Amino acid sequence: MNGRGGRTVLLHAGLILGAVLTLAPLLWMTAVSFMAPGEANTARLNLWPQDPTLDNYRQLFGRLDMARSFLNSAVVTVLATVLSVLVNSLAGYALAKLPFPGRDTLFKRLTAAMVVPAQVGMLPLFLLLRELGLVNTYAGVLVPYLASIFGMVLIRQYALGIPDDLLDAARVDGAGELRIFRTVALPIMTPILATMAAFTFLAAWNDFMWPLIVLSDDALQTLPVALAKLAGEHVQDTELMMAGSVVTILPPLIVFLLFQKTYVEGITAGGVKE
Amino acid sequence: MSVEARQRRAAWLFLAPSLALIAVFFVLPVAAGLLLSLTDFDIYAVADPSTMRFTGLQRFADLLRDAEFWNALRNTLYFVVVGGPLSVATSLGAAILLNDRLVRARGVFRTVYFAPVLTTLVSVAIVWRYLYHPGYGLLNSALAALGVQGPDWLGDPRWSMPAIILLAVWKNFGYNMLIFVAGLQAIPRSLYEAASIDGAGAWARFRHVTLPGLAPTFFFVGVTTMIGYFQVFAEPYVMTQGGPVGSTRTLVLHMYEEGFRWWRMGEASALAVVLLLITLVGALIQIRMAGGRR
Repeated sequence: MNGRGGRTVLLHAGLILGAVLTLAPLLWMTAVSFMAPGEANTARLNLWPQDPTLDNYRQLFGRLDMARSFLNSAVVTVLATVLSVLVNSLAGYALAKLPFPGRDTLFKRLTAAMVVPAQVGMLPLFLLLRELGLVNTYAGVLVPYLASIFGMVLIRQYALGIPDDLLDAARVDGAGELRIFRTVALPIMTPILATMAAFTFLAAWNDFMWPLIVLSDDALQTLPVALAKLAGEHVQDTELMMAGSVVTILPPLIVFLLFQKTYVEGITAGGVKE
Repeated sequence: MSVEARQRRAAWLFLAPSLALIAVFFVLPVAAGLLLSLTDFDIYAVADPSTMRFTGLQRFADLLRDAEFWNALRNTLYFVVVGGPLSVATSLGAAILLNDRLVRARGVFRTVYFAPVLTTLVSVAIVWRYLYHPGYGLLNSALAALGVQGPDWLGDPRWSMPAIILLAVWKNFGYNMLIFVAGLQAIPRSLYEAASIDGAGAWARFRHVTLPGLAPTFFFVGVTTMIGYFQVFAEPYVMTQGGPVGSTRTLVLHMYEEGFRWWRMGEASALAVVLLLITLVGALIQIRMAGGRR
């Protein structure tokens, strides 16, 4: 029993040390965001604001117009989430439950294509969007987020578990396929759609390279792009930059805490399966 | 119309939006990128498809003679070969700790370890840029408290890549940790009990039960981590702009600058193709290795 007690203590000491190291950068960021200008950059290490202030946040949303970027990020992310759940749930369901010739081949090709890095097509995609007049528009930044092979595969795996009897019963009752999808399949698939929504939300909110390329117009920039630009111009303003980082990081953290269970299940569903 | 025919028609209708989007905004650009890399198409303003000429593998021959390309490739490989295994090992270590039967408040630790995964890379890269400050940065202050004189992380070409790797490990380990936890839970407890009865110690159980049991998980984690790490971009873009003296200039950063800053379309396309080839070769090697172990 004594050996076991020692092991428990050691184990938790390791876990707590890991937690402290993991949280340190985020806690430091939060503390510094409430400091007065220059307070973080002193020879003596300041871990706590002497006189906590919201000035940095006021500056961000006032003079620096971060509200605009926040709104851009919110619009892009919400549209990406809603549309991608719609598009990919239709496709994933069809791949699982609607037989047609060539379905297995199509599925194999799609999964193989997942290996191709998005960057390979980025330049031609940019040229294409320029021809279509979609550079510097929300639509331009959205298009690559909408159809996700990963999302289709995720939803397909889940939809495979829908009992065929249920679908057939609805068919016997004379329901069309779209109606069956809406009234029978969608309610069953709700958990995986929530997972998909959480994934898309996080990916779209946090993405950097694509919005950096497509949205060069200041008025359309998303938060990460605006923040990176600001970081280049305000290298010395540590406190201000930390406030900007807090504002950018908070929404995905809140979404995760709300959807934690469903999100975690989605990650592990992809990983353990053979 | 028969039931089968109706289902077939519905299937194509349901698939049409996603397949159309993938065809136009993914397959077409990738194919165009491959083709562009075989032509002399260049310079944003001047490039005109009608005067474009087919130049075969000339682009790639040029790349092989370009010191900047080799530098970017070397830096990327450094990041993948050192950062990848370090990330996976950290994930596995955290998963093993978390999965122990004696752990209390498992959910709290799991959420904490996972938090960095959710953060915006640009934001945390900015945060870490300050943590790495040689004078008043948190990291060197902590090292000084331990009696160690920390380096100028982002200013010294020998330490800039390790600094970026450290950030990447911190940011990413929580993701694979969750996958490892699920993999560990899939190993039957009876195997451990049988090994204990046979007199296996903790290390022997890890070596002969845990690791073989995790083999499929390792394969999945290895391939996805490697593919992701070859695409490293935002960390050096925000923290070092590829410096000092090009020590953190990666393939994708190089591609971005050539393509979107200097509008050298052909060269950027060739770099993208190289990224694709490396990714494919890496994935094939890992599939081969996973196949050999089974």
